[in-house]
Amino acid sequence: MRADDPSLKRIEPPTLKWHEKVYVPTILQGLAVTGRHILGVAVASQQVTVQYPEEQHVPSPNYRGVHRLNKDEQGRVKCVACMLCATACPAHCIDIVGTTAPPEWPDREKYPASFVIDELRCIYCGMCEEACPVEAIELTGLYDITGLSREEMIYDKAKLLSVYDVTRDAEPMKYTQVPAEASAPTRILPPLSH
Amino acid sequence: MAAPAMGMGLDETDLEVEEQDATRATWTLNFGPQHPATHTTLRLILELDGERIVKATPDIGYLHSGFEKLGEHLTFNQYVTIADRKNYLSPPMNEVAWFHAVEKLLEVELTPRCQYIRVIISELARMSDHLLCTGAAALDLGAFTAFLYSFNLRELIYDVYEEMSGYRFHPGYLRIGGVLYDFNERVLDRIRKVLDAFPKVYADVSKLLFRNRIFLDRVRGIGVLTKEKALAFSCSGPIARASGVTYDIRKDEPYLCYPELDFDVPYTTEGDCWARFIVRMEELRQSHRILEQALRKLPSGPVNAPIAEKFPLPDKLTAYNSMEGLIQHFELIMPNRGLQSPVDEVYAAVESPNGELGYYLVTDGTQSGWRVRTRPPSFIHFSVFPLLIKDHLIADIVAVLGSLNIIAAELDR
Repeated sequence: MRADDPSLKRIEPPTLKWHEKVYVPTILQGLAVTGRHILGVAVASQQVTVQYPEEQHVPSPNYRGVHRLNKDEQGRVKCVACMLCATACPAHCIDIVGTTAPPEWPDREKYPASFVIDELRCIYCGMCEEACPVEAIELTGLYDITGLSREEMIYDKAKLLSVYDVTRDAEPMKYTQVPAEASAPTRILPPLSH
Repeated sequence: MAAPAMGMGLDETDLEVEEQDATRATWTLNFGPQHPATHTTLRLILELDGERIVKATPDIGYLHSGFEKLGEHLTFNQYVTIADRKNYLSPPMNEVAWFHAVEKLLEVELTPRCQYIRVIISELARMSDHLLCTGAAALDLGAFTAFLYSFNLRELIYDVYEEMSGYRFHPGYLRIGGVLYDFNERVLDRIRKVLDAFPKVYADVSKLLFRNRIFLDRVRGIGVLTKEKALAFSCSGPIARASGVTYDIRKDEPYLCYPELDFDVPYTTEGDCWARFIVRMEELRQSHRILEQALRKLPSGPVNAPIAEKFPLPDKLTAYNSMEGLIQHFELIMPNRGLQSPVDEVYAAVESPNGELGYYLVTDGTQSGWRVRTRPPSFIHFSVFPLLIKDHLIADIVAVLGSLNIIAAELDR
């Protein structure tokens, strides 16, 4: 920038006055600032911390938490094993084995025989959801998943479908239904059989 | 050693080992890689004479993650997840920088709304970065309270990230020619909350630190970087501006819609830790100004570039309901189909909170880079550190490190 540019703003170093040099008045000023904050918490309950897990954080409607596999009206998995999500995944955490759909499913040629997501490898970027052409895979607002072993955190098709059952009411599918105004607090996943 | 021709302002003693006097014993101290004041994994090998630092040698590479190499395997859109993780104090700024380079290469024209949204998230990122940097600089010098107050405001900024992208820390929000989700009223509300909360936080921090003699004695005259040295080491951002180099890419090579916004560029000629602190504090206020204007001027209309541009991902409804949308959706997600990027190379930089953050991108016709080189400000600024710390005391290390705001993930890539 040119030296005479009008938007340049020079800051001059401060010259301390005598009462600022003797520490005590500025210390009192600082204590007044902290005191106001203490009073704000004690009297007006302005504290910013959340008492987790008694208080739960309500994630935004488009929060990117654990995946779910959506079901269609007949309760079948929506996925058609097109592999777009596995291709779009930057962390390579989705593993799909597609197979020919049974003859009583005339609307599609393929469906996933196995659909496994490694939730430990996943970075929750949401690109699978973005890539899916049939909105079969979605990310939910569940953020507090835990597991006692690595195997427990590798989600197979049954577990991913059960996540849909848990979150179906709180979070409808994003594009075929109108999104809810504010999502309800998410619940911890019930224990699943393996 | 033969003296090589050095650049302007550089002389040999800046980089070369000083000849040691054999009679004077110095001792070596390792500062880091695990040290609370280095914040990340930085290692300094200090040569000490008593408590005076004779020489400091930065040893980098402890957080090397192969980020540039990953850019050769991931497509342009996928790489946003890596760009996020470079400077984790201001992830959206990294995304803006990355797509600035990609869109320059692919010649994608952004819609006005998208430009404003990118400016808004850039300035939010700048605020978040400066709040942590100034707060942590004070924290390292013992002023814990100021750090907590500025951290509270960062929490509100994370709420904005969560609302707009669905992810608090690494939003992964931008895509070629657009964004993941458009801003809705809830996001704008969250941003207004940040803007409303900012003046009080600024007032609190300024009351605690600006005329606090204990703090000023620790930072005034410490780690002085002269204008000549700042230019010679190609420093940028607040660090260069604190030394009197009036260079700001937002003004000098305007990008996005910055020319339409009114803001000042603060600078000082002191070049010490105080100067770097105060320039950042003033930039916070300027970011606040930019955000207020950008929110007021935020245009309506489409946010993503039209699918005629070839590289933007069509939105879901277009992909479901139109053949062109569906074809383009498949072509973009399956990188071995159809769309080709030009065989070209490009350098594009933005003014990140720490300085010039640039990407040098070489492509070979596929949808990922052949070489993705980052120009990280932290790398440049860490190389100045030995010069700044020479002849200072051990206690000044944290003051200088805090004022330089070195992010190891970005430094080592």
